[in-house]
Amino acid sequence: MSDFLRQYLLVILFALLAVGVVGAFIGLASLLRPNRPSKGKLENYESGVDPVGSGWSQSQIRYYIFALLFVMFDVEAVFIFPWATRLEEYGYFGLLEMVIFIAILTLGLGYAWRKGVLRWA
Amino acid sequence: MPLSTLALLASFTNQVSASPKLALLAVEFPYWATTLFKLLMAFIAVLIPAGGTVYLYLFKMVSFMQSRLGPMEAGPYGSLQLMAEVGKFAQKEDIFPARADRFVFAAAPYVVLVSTFLLVLVIPFGPDAAFANFDVGVFLALAVSSLSVIGILMAGWASASKYSLLGGLRAAGQLIAYELPLVLAVVGVVIQAGSLNLQRIVQAQVEGEIFGWGALGNPFFLTQIIGFFIFLVAVQAELAQVPFDMPVAESELVSGYMTEYSGFRFLLFFIAEFATANIFAFLASVLFLGGWSLPPFVTDIFGIDSYSNAMNVIGPIVMATKMLLLTFVIYWVRFTYPRFREDQLQRFAWKFLIPLALFNIALTGFFKVAL
Repeated sequence: MSDFLRQYLLVILFALLAVGVVGAFIGLASLLRPNRPSKGKLENYESGVDPVGSGWSQSQIRYYIFALLFVMFDVEAVFIFPWATRLEEYGYFGLLEMVIFIAILTLGLGYAWRKGVLRWA
Repeated sequence: MPLSTLALLASFTNQVSASPKLALLAVEFPYWATTLFKLLMAFIAVLIPAGGTVYLYLFKMVSFMQSRLGPMEAGPYGSLQLMAEVGKFAQKEDIFPARADRFVFAAAPYVVLVSTFLLVLVIPFGPDAAFANFDVGVFLALAVSSLSVIGILMAGWASASKYSLLGGLRAAGQLIAYELPLVLAVVGVVIQAGSLNLQRIVQAQVEGEIFGWGALGNPFFLTQIIGFFIFLVAVQAELAQVPFDMPVAESELVSGYMTEYSGFRFLLFFIAEFATANIFAFLASVLFLGGWSLPPFVTDIFGIDSYSNAMNVIGPIVMATKMLLLTFVIYWVRFTYPRFREDQLQRFAWKFLIPLALFNIALTGFFKVAL
């Protein structure tokens, strides 16, 4: 296996290490801890009174449009990183191109701002 | 440090370094041995700094800031308090709420810890003392750091508790908002270094000059002062530390997405939180404070080459020092400022940090091309 692939094998191994560590911690604790479940104990915590309704209640997510904006800017970041590594070769031409690209995206943010998407309502 | 230890360290870490290295003793270890060693070091690099900073800052520094002594009973100056805490958590019953989604509830801590362990993978601690040397190191770090959001959302949803659900949703909203300033702040560093490889970013800081003056090298926090500020603020928010602790706001949400967890499962979230704080501090010191390198005028005085084997031993110590400095700032802020409201928090990210980060990119790009 090449060194390049071995490095990415390490990513998998580290993830497995994390899973192993968590498993070992919880496994170790299961040898020590008491286990005496009761109905009241397994009830969800709601400030000491019986929970009302389901825990999966509906709630208003006020910032879901932010998530759309996030996707827009995250894709932008994906484009900016390769450009950033090669900027020295591109010179003023590359700089101007990216400034235009960023300006268009900033225009998008400005539009969302103007439309009141970024307001808490 | 005896020579044999040096040789052992140098030969265990068989990574490609930025410049030709000086081998003291050419002992080649097989692949499985170096990999096992790396996994052991990763375990140490995640857990020991986490324990250290929890005792030093969360127990002691905060106590002094609040005019009290903090833990004093367990060991000298309460230094074994952490052991006592682990012992306490080990005795706690493992409670799965009756209504919870059992599988997702159990899986959540795994996902969060995976994010933490993958983050430490990219950090270089010396010219050869690194777990791996990724060409896209910065990108990988930023990608795996956002895995923890999924774990937190899983924990919040699976608990089937209103507090947990609100905490999870708040965490998702916050981490999404502050992911962008975090990513965009790093772009300035990448422009200056001209690489996504963390070793090359360190190298660029060692060999850099500020207007022809190279005694300090060019630690990017001097030239990227805006980026450094945005990065630190965004890290604070990504870690959900106080000014940005809406997801776990104790006075309203008990402890947010962790409310229904008990015993070691809770402890794992706790460990992940503090270990991730340390690793983000490591990452910030690599990106902005020169990483494992010493300033060139120091290496000149002692006559050490910046890429020599000696740096594999000095590097981790330098990194630990910088990490302690940056985590000090994180906890200092944590125990100084009051909490942001959710709308203020979102507004700060979208209307201030992101435009500022974009401006910083354009400015850095201009200086890079013009100078």
